[in-house]
Amino acid sequence: MTTEVGSAIQVNEESKGTEPDDSEASNPDKTSNGNEEAEKEIQEDEQPESTTQPLKEQEFNSSISDASTQSTPSSSDKKDPTGGKGLFRFLPGWLKKPKSMSQVETTEEKEAEEDIQTKDRNSEDEQPELMKSTSENEVVKGMETEESKTDEIVEQYSLNSAELQTDLQTDKAKKPEESLEKDADMDNEEVVLDEKKDENSKDGEVWKDEDASKKSPLKIPKKIKFMQSKVFMLDGSEFTYEIEKHAKGQIMLDKVCEQINLLEKDYFGLTFRDATGEKNWLDPAKEIKKQIRSCAWHFNFNVKFYPPDPSQLTEDITRYYLCLQLRQDIVSGRLPCSFVTHALLGSCALQAELGDYDANEHKAGYVTELQFSPNQTKELEEKISELHKTHRGLTPAQADAQFLENAKMLSMYGVDLHHAKDSEGVDIMLGVCANGLLIYKDRLRINRFAWPKILKISYKRSNFYIKIRPGEIEQFESTIGFKLPNHRAAKRLWKVCVEHHTFFRLLSPEQTPKSKFMTLGSKFRYSGRTQAQTREASILIDRPAPFFERTSSKRMSRSLDGVPAGGINEVGLQQESSCLSSTADGVKTEADALAIKDITTSLKASQLEMPVETKTEQDEITPRKEKSLEEEITSLLLSKESFSTGLVASFSSTVSQALEDAGLKEKAAAESVSLIDSKQLPETSDENQKSEMEEQAEVIVEEAIVIEEVKSAPGHSKVKLESPVENSSIVPPVELAAKESNVSSSDSRSDSEEEAEYHPQTKEGENVKRDQNECKTLTTVAMDSEISVTDIEEVHFPVTVVHKMQDVLEEDLQEMQNGKLQEAKQEHEDINPKLNGDVSFIDSDAMPEVVCYAEPPVVKTEMVTISDTVSPDKTEIATKEVPIVQTETKTITYEAAQGDGSGDNDPGVLMSAQTITSESFCQTMTTQITKTVKGGVSETRIEKRIVITGDTDIDHDQALAQAIKEAKEQHPDMSVTRVVVHKETELTEDGDE
Amino acid sequence: MAGAGVYSHALVRGIPESLAGGALRRSGEGSGVDTARAREEHRLYVKALRVQLGLVVTELPADEALPDCVFVEDAAVVCGGTALIARPGAPSRRGEVTAIKKVLSDLGLKIVEMTDETATLDGGDILFTGKEFFVGLSERTNQRGAEILANVFKDYAVSKVSVSGALHLKSFCTMAGPELIAIGSSDQAQKTLMNMQEMSEHRYEKLTLPDDMAANCVYLNIPTKGHVLLHRTAEEFPDSAKEFGKLKDYLLIPVCNTELAKVDGGLTCCSILFNKAV
Repeated sequence: MTTEVGSAIQVNEESKGTEPDDSEASNPDKTSNGNEEAEKEIQEDEQPESTTQPLKEQEFNSSISDASTQSTPSSSDKKDPTGGKGLFRFLPGWLKKPKSMSQVETTEEKEAEEDIQTKDRNSEDEQPELMKSTSENEVVKGMETEESKTDEIVEQYSLNSAELQTDLQTDKAKKPEESLEKDADMDNEEVVLDEKKDENSKDGEVWKDEDASKKSPLKIPKKIKFMQSKVFMLDGSEFTYEIEKHAKGQIMLDKVCEQINLLEKDYFGLTFRDATGEKNWLDPAKEIKKQIRSCAWHFNFNVKFYPPDPSQLTEDITRYYLCLQLRQDIVSGRLPCSFVTHALLGSCALQAELGDYDANEHKAGYVTELQFSPNQTKELEEKISELHKTHRGLTPAQADAQFLENAKMLSMYGVDLHHAKDSEGVDIMLGVCANGLLIYKDRLRINRFAWPKILKISYKRSNFYIKIRPGEIEQFESTIGFKLPNHRAAKRLWKVCVEHHTFFRLLSPEQTPKSKFMTLGSKFRYSGRTQAQTREASILIDRPAPFFERTSSKRMSRSLDGVPAGGINEVGLQQESSCLSSTADGVKTEADALAIKDITTSLKASQLEMPVETKTEQDEITPRKEKSLEEEITSLLLSKESFSTGLVASFSSTVSQALEDAGLKEKAAAESVSLIDSKQLPETSDENQKSEMEEQAEVIVEEAIVIEEVKSAPGHSKVKLESPVENSSIVPPVELAAKESNVSSSDSRSDSEEEAEYHPQTKEGENVKRDQNECKTLTTVAMDSEISVTDIEEVHFPVTVVHKMQDVLEEDLQEMQNGKLQEAKQEHEDINPKLNGDVSFIDSDAMPEVVCYAEPPVVKTEMVTISDTVSPDKTEIATKEVPIVQTETKTITYEAAQGDGSGDNDPGVLMSAQTITSESFCQTMTTQITKTVKGGVSETRIEKRIVITGDTDIDHDQALAQAIKEAKEQHPDMSVTRVVVHKETELTEDGDE
Repeated sequence: MAGAGVYSHALVRGIPESLAGGALRRSGEGSGVDTARAREEHRLYVKALRVQLGLVVTELPADEALPDCVFVEDAAVVCGGTALIARPGAPSRRGEVTAIKKVLSDLGLKIVEMTDETATLDGGDILFTGKEFFVGLSERTNQRGAEILANVFKDYAVSKVSVSGALHLKSFCTMAGPELIAIGSSDQAQKTLMNMQEMSEHRYEKLTLPDDMAANCVYLNIPTKGHVLLHRTAEEFPDSAKEFGKLKDYLLIPVCNTELAKVDGGLTCCSILFNKAV
């Protein structure tokens, strides 16, 4: 049992020397998405600071595994299948697929020899190594680079991990991890696939499209089928189209716009009603079929983005359709206005439709034929008629323009209202408009959050949250939560916010989060043109004003379909008045304090779970959890919390101690930083960071900035999912940014529910239309967690030492600690809305805009590795000496058949890792928890290594079964994905057992 | 839509003898009100509106039973041809609205009454900028009142702001131009203004005055006169008067208001201004 330790240590030492080189070498080699690059960068950053540790650990683990396998140097060819069989009894059926058969090894080699062996592909050796490698890979997942690193590093022991793996594959041991290991290329591909899936799933989320999500990303169009779709136009007419079944929304929108000869189409969209009758926007970027599901292909053509200044539209035809939309809005009550305004707008519409007033033609009651108001009175009609006469001479286009000039001043112009409740349960309305988010009680505006004020928009389940930037009045960040009628409504609102923010505030749309880390949830982004872009484009429109026929809007002919059903949009008048109450967290200070408490409690809880916390250098337990990429899937999956541990291996054992040390330091630093205003941050951060790497220092700076932004977010309570932050605004760091790695925080608790985050602020940087003071923008959510960590750490360690180092490592460490906390917390339900699902990470992509969306769908899987070692002798490490003791080693792996998304090679970003070791009677349990965010999915893996030592008088099978059972009980929300039974039996030298 | 300060009519009311002894005041003490002097100041005020600015002024006689009746502003909010009859936060003042309602109705305005017994609203808490309303939630105005106001004036955004440290929102914050807000320099006033700016989609310039009370001024946009501002005199607030003096292209009309100020009355309090042309 203990043998491993010794070997591991040795390995570590060796690795230390080599590490730096490896990392560097590995990085350049990697060809990867921006995300991957980011990850790589992260790794790099981390390495310098933490180089020794993470690498050590990785190697360590690997070494350990090798050691373990090899360590049983005792030469024996005896196989003891019985032990394995015995275990079967206790394993769930699905686990009973032994992927790798146990093999008896006689390993007498020295470490150097080991390599050779691996080369030789001793099947026995291979397996153990595979095991190892897989674990390593998993750990590494967080960083692709790491994979490469690991590979390189691993070379020492097993040069051929890849080969071995391949061999294994042949054995049909297709573990995702393995595949990961195989090639970087593979990883890439998988990543891509994942993305596709995500896209698909986006819509699915709304619809619970489980099937879709599960579908293989590769869509192979079978036969081209066409669907008949109807589009109800603003003038009441209907168009019917034959649309290819798998066509995306954009295709239909294009067809419609083509038919009506509309060029400035970016302001428009198609809506459909879902099964619940709610109006949804058809996402142009996604397949229609997947969005509307089983509903009829009936759509309404509507204005999606109301231009604040319609006079800036290029073409009259565009204004015409805007007018039609507004008339519809007015009639439906969505756009309320006074009597006088009704009359004025009605008269303009009348002029546009009928032309000049003609006493002969326009007999009494002519106005009645047209509808201009929800409840049109005679008085109003008379007034309209009266005003109509004053418009003599106006052309239809001029009348439209006048209509719009008046309509645009209405306070509810272009405001998309959503029913919600505030934290006190009071009915309110959330209005999304060009400039931000408006909060209404009844019709009274009780709050307003301009886009620049909003740091993050997120939803979780049916809750919708906005995180507010500290302002002149409020000194702290606060998160305000609203309760939407249901999950779909929350998501709808969130999407509308994302779209409006992008369209009106950004110069160009943000990139869809490619990486997995970023997206823990919906990867939805607005992918169309922004207002700035569409204006630019429309300037180029060079065609004679198109002729278009103005359809009569006479009441009789009006199609009901054209009139939007009340639905969400209608503002309900509600009588109770209440103020928006910010959530409990509203005040930062309070929040922080609370958070700290939470944390502590959580810690206690966690400690309770594992009574004995020992820092062990051996980490073999690698819990793995895999998360499904897809939100939906995630949601389906029940996993509550996911811990993501990317670098698990790297940090694992060492980490724990390191954590404390570093943790303290970091905390100090972080705290100091947090106190500083964002402006000052960079400097301070620099100081703090004087650590080893200068470049990193810059990077750090960014982080610091992030921190500031994040500060208030008491990350503690929540698990933070991070959304990748892309540093756009920071110019100098750009290069660095490229190098930067993503630090992703993991979600401690990812509920199966969908969540998503969107960080508008990030965008402020260059992409934002107006300048803002605030800009520095790189917001990294990750910081949140860190910050929170800081708090936590403080709690833990009374003594705070201020260190100037702020390294990625430290961050990681912090995160790791977070992880602990989070874990602990997992048990506790999220109380703080703020906390939920924030994931922080730093994305070094050169992308100017940072959008953080984190959707939480995380699937937890738990991997239990149980090694049953019987031979006490194994302690002896066969290093260079021929092993004296012969041991029989069996390894049996039971793996869940799940096709976890985790399989993808994407390393993800390590959010946290921790190792806990507990000893009892005849059994030593090492728990390693790693949290990783990859591909937007945060993944928590818990790997428990349980070493059962004892003589034959102990029923090992029973003990194992018990251990598995306990492991399950400890993490009821997680699933066991793999059980590896490693049995070492000491063979008497005689060969007798 | 109504522009800021575009008024054709004014409604004022006389000062009852009972004001000196019966008018509400925030600070329990305070020097006594010289009713005669108050009436003289009021006369000059009305004269400025009627004679100097040419408004059609309707003057209601004082009602001895209503000590605060001179402060007609609180009794109604008029905008765009609609008059919302207020439900004053002080029960003793609820009777003031009766006469006001009748007059406004007679003047052809559409009358909307607050029937909700839980709502209170003083006109002094309603700031109309020409583009939107701000409602001060104060001792006299509650959110329900604000909600009703929002429902009446549908064209405009109606945003609530909380008021503390003063009787009304307009005690320290009024319009001094089309996009110019006169604001006192007290912390409360400044904070309120920041709050207003956050709530608004529109941008305003601000005219910061050393004295909160001086920030209660009356802005009018008279076709023949251009920008007109009635403000407190240099004798009362010399520093603030200097600030007003910096306004260019304004017709500045200093008005003395020493006596009514003792019972928390400002310049805006003494009239309801509206544009009947709408």
